[in-house]
Amino acid sequence: MMELADQLLSRWNYVAVVVLMMIGLYMAISRGNLVKKVMGMSVFQASVILLYVSMGKVAGGTAPILIEGASDIIYSNPLPHVLMLTAIVVGVASTALGLALVVRINEAYGCVEEDEIVALDRAEDQREIQAEDAD
Amino acid sequence: MIGLVDHFPILQVLIPLLGAPLCFLLRREAIVRPFAVAASFACLWISTNLLGQVLDGTVLVYEFGGWARPYGIEYRVDILNGFVLVVVSAMAAVVFSAGIGQARRAIPEGREYLFYAAALLCLTGLLGVTITGDVFNIFVFLEISSLSSYILIALGRSRRALMAAFSYLIMGTIGATFLLIGIGFMYQMTGTLNMVDMAERIQALGATRGVFVALAFVVVGISTKLAVFPLHHWLPNAYSFAPPLVSAFLASTATKVAYYLLIRFTFGLFGAALVFDEVGIDLLLMPLSIIAMFVGSIAAIYQTDFKRLLAYSSIAQIGYMTLGLSLATQAGVSAGLIHVFNHALMKGALFLVAACIAWRMGGTSLDVMKGLGRRMPVTMAALVVAGLALVGVPGTVGFVSKWALVSAALDQDALMLAFLILASSILALIYVWKVVEIVYFQEPETEIERKEPPLRLLVPTWILAGASIYFGIFSSFAVDVAKLAAEQVVMAGL
Repeated sequence: MMELADQLLSRWNYVAVVVLMMIGLYMAISRGNLVKKVMGMSVFQASVILLYVSMGKVAGGTAPILIEGASDIIYSNPLPHVLMLTAIVVGVASTALGLALVVRINEAYGCVEEDEIVALDRAEDQREIQAEDAD
Repeated sequence: MIGLVDHFPILQVLIPLLGAPLCFLLRREAIVRPFAVAASFACLWISTNLLGQVLDGTVLVYEFGGWARPYGIEYRVDILNGFVLVVVSAMAAVVFSAGIGQARRAIPEGREYLFYAAALLCLTGLLGVTITGDVFNIFVFLEISSLSSYILIALGRSRRALMAAFSYLIMGTIGATFLLIGIGFMYQMTGTLNMVDMAERIQALGATRGVFVALAFVVVGISTKLAVFPLHHWLPNAYSFAPPLVSAFLASTATKVAYYLLIRFTFGLFGAALVFDEVGIDLLLMPLSIIAMFVGSIAAIYQTDFKRLLAYSSIAQIGYMTLGLSLATQAGVSAGLIHVFNHALMKGALFLVAACIAWRMGGTSLDVMKGLGRRMPVTMAALVVAGLALVGVPGTVGFVSKWALVSAALDQDALMLAFLILASSILALIYVWKVVEIVYFQEPETEIERKEPPLRLLVPTWILAGASIYFGIFSSFAVDVAKLAAEQVVMAGL
């Protein structure tokens, strides 16, 4: 038990990744509010950034800027950081597009709650069926 | 001209990528449309040329800036992705020729160029995912294609298209992020992003926990994009509320590229020994594929909208492809690939028929299709041809895929499997017949004159419908190339 707690504490950044990831995923799946869904998705993506950045850390490593003449210096791995720059751009783009769609949905339906939208769609179907019966 | 051919791998992606911003500069639809069509035909020309270069088994490697692996990023063309490149760019060329279609109503006057920009970006992403030899690149290109496809789907006629695009955005982003997490674990285990390099190191590592976790994330992520059975929820709404031409393009390309990724990751990167023998993904994938074949087809029978019916049928057809993969044999993979090509042709043709109906009738519900057989005879003939191909009638492409799949199953002595494939074809017959019956044997509610859609819609429809027969009779192209591709990927890995 102590061993497990020790392991988790020494890797607290990965614990943070998992916690954030689950919060984000849960929000994206369970929330009915579309804005909250987008935010959940955003948190989920942010947790991956933390995962990659943790990966790049080398124990005892310093910033990867070449120091002339010194040979025994350990550098951290800069590649995951660079990858995450791209992932941040992708994340911003998908969050922005998601929010833009929410704005359009709000204009079209007058609400951003999933169950209300489903109810509106159902009511529309019902009216169509009734109109057909009236014919 | 000298040296241009050497740069074909990068030009394949660069042409649509630069074409998209150029659409903004050209602005006028009269110029942008031919420009986008020309760009997609240039892609088709390049991809056929690339496939021709690699058919003898050589692998084209294009190093960026002359940096060789593992340091640089490279594009890598072998038979497998050469084949998928041809499918994607051919479908883009045909569908783009049909123009903007019903999406026009959602776009303000004079802003049509935005549609073409989004379509070209989507093509860029799909081609990029397919051609790249760097795993992180796959994620980036996948997101390029996904983001632009959300935009295209949101252009649908009814407001439900917005909700469909939104749910696809949430599902698609979660799927792509799962892939990104998987790639992260792969990178953590190997320290490289180059596919060839990574494959060697992962297969040397063997069955370790990190590799298992990576495999799980990657497979779930790709399956979301591919709409494998329990993860297919986004697909029916997205395809049925999107403008029909967008559905035609996405149904015949996006899921095909995801299927390519699944083959590339399972056979190429992780290796068949690990994925199938050690983990036993086939034990999960095979039942899911069979359920997809039946659930998709049965749901299709009950639909009241033509496009929605086609969308559910797509889920069943994806089941055939993943079933081929789950056999984990060369014959199975090649059957799946044959079906990628054939399904692109027939589903593309059917969605284009839906675009013709939408142009003429304003919607695609089965009610408005009553009696269209006499009102749009040429279009409806294309529907019958492509519909028969979907069922798998001899002489059409559908028969070629079913034949390949059934014989792949029989090679494994899986009689039951062969029987299930045939049984689900009968379900396909039911929903195709249902549409044909409405079109030819029911009287329309209101009298309408005989009128065909404009040629720019009709010609692409018949090109694909004609191709579903042509490649059904002269099946050697798809069958031979798919066989070679499967041989390369199953035997040699990457």
